[in-house]
Amino acid sequence: MVEKALFAIFMEGLFIKNFLIIQFLGLCSFLGVTKDTKSAAGMSGAVIFVMTMASIVSYVIYTFVLIPLDLQFLRLISFIVVIAALVQLVEFVVRKNIPSLYRSLGIYLPLITTNCAVLGVVLLNVMNEYSFLQSLVFGISAGMGYTIVMVMMSSIREKTTILPVPSAMRGLPQAFLIAAMLSMAFVNYFKVIPL
Amino acid sequence: MSKAFNEFIRGITKDNPIFALVLGLCPALAVTTSVDNAIGMSAGTAFVLVGANLMVSALRNYIPSTVRLPIFILIIATFVSIVDMVMEAYTPPLYAALGVFIPLIVVNCIIIGRAEAYANKNNMFYSLIDALGISAGFLLALVTIGGIRELLGTGQIVVFGQMIVSIPMMSPASYMILPPGAFLTIGILMAIINHRRAKKLARGE
Repeated sequence: MVEKALFAIFMEGLFIKNFLIIQFLGLCSFLGVTKDTKSAAGMSGAVIFVMTMASIVSYVIYTFVLIPLDLQFLRLISFIVVIAALVQLVEFVVRKNIPSLYRSLGIYLPLITTNCAVLGVVLLNVMNEYSFLQSLVFGISAGMGYTIVMVMMSSIREKTTILPVPSAMRGLPQAFLIAAMLSMAFVNYFKVIPL
Repeated sequence: MSKAFNEFIRGITKDNPIFALVLGLCPALAVTTSVDNAIGMSAGTAFVLVGANLMVSALRNYIPSTVRLPIFILIIATFVSIVDMVMEAYTPPLYAALGVFIPLIVVNCIIIGRAEAYANKNNMFYSLIDALGISAGFLLALVTIGGIRELLGTGQIVVFGQMIVSIPMMSPASYMILPPGAFLTIGILMAIINHRRAKKLARGE
């Protein structure tokens, strides 16, 4: 495994391997929460935090607990428990200290547990054999890439709801076609930056 | 017996996981670059779905309802780990193509959705039928998307080394096997289904 530069990993998470529209991770929230920009931004903030924390904690658990004990086959179960516990913790802290943010996030916080983007980051870290710093950078950049696309998608969807589209195209089909066009723009990063 | 048959068909049509319930989209879009991958992904998901539905249904009277979700997730994670290891050992090329999406079956909303909505309330026989029906619906949806993308993206459909269809004169549109093609395909398929449904409603069926 060639050591990958941190900047390359950062750009990968942000654009080239963007979680939502290149890798198709976390599509449920991509379609469900992008009806208005405010909730999309709130969701993204929570996801950045959980992704970063999950990268750190799962790296520590995998390297210092699972590998020494030769229990790598338990990684899936342990990562899920880690993410669920983290989301609980975030919910607890936010509710106690910043009640206004807690109210605006609503049900999106607990939903992060079943968001495949978070588990995806953690699993990709293990599969690519990233070091601690690389995992951290990948977690942060993946969260930021998620944010960029969520905000773009929600602002486009906000403005296209009043368009006179055929009734069969309303709702999800329209959202998918918007996503296809966004994806076309992002897919060209493959060719621009050879990694 | 006809009730069982209806339950099976319901998984393909009315409760089709992709086109009707819109659950489990991530694997449906990410791995459908070819029919082969679509079949492999559906097989893995079907195994987990059948196993988890049977297990949850068998244990439904013993699982305390307050902690049922963590227990469901643990049951599902066990079956996913089995699929993960079996595929890695016996079908390495498929495993490499599906990549991170095999372990990610664990957060596929279809499986926990069926455990919660169906297996937790019904006996083992009907849970098995439900799992088979939903799996068939998932397979059908994935093969449709995969077939369209492979045909337009490479000009031919090859299933397990066998040439099925080929259009020799067409210059392939490689965008169809890249990510945008997935969004385009499912968007247009859904629009067609919506259109047909609206027509049926208008006819008063």
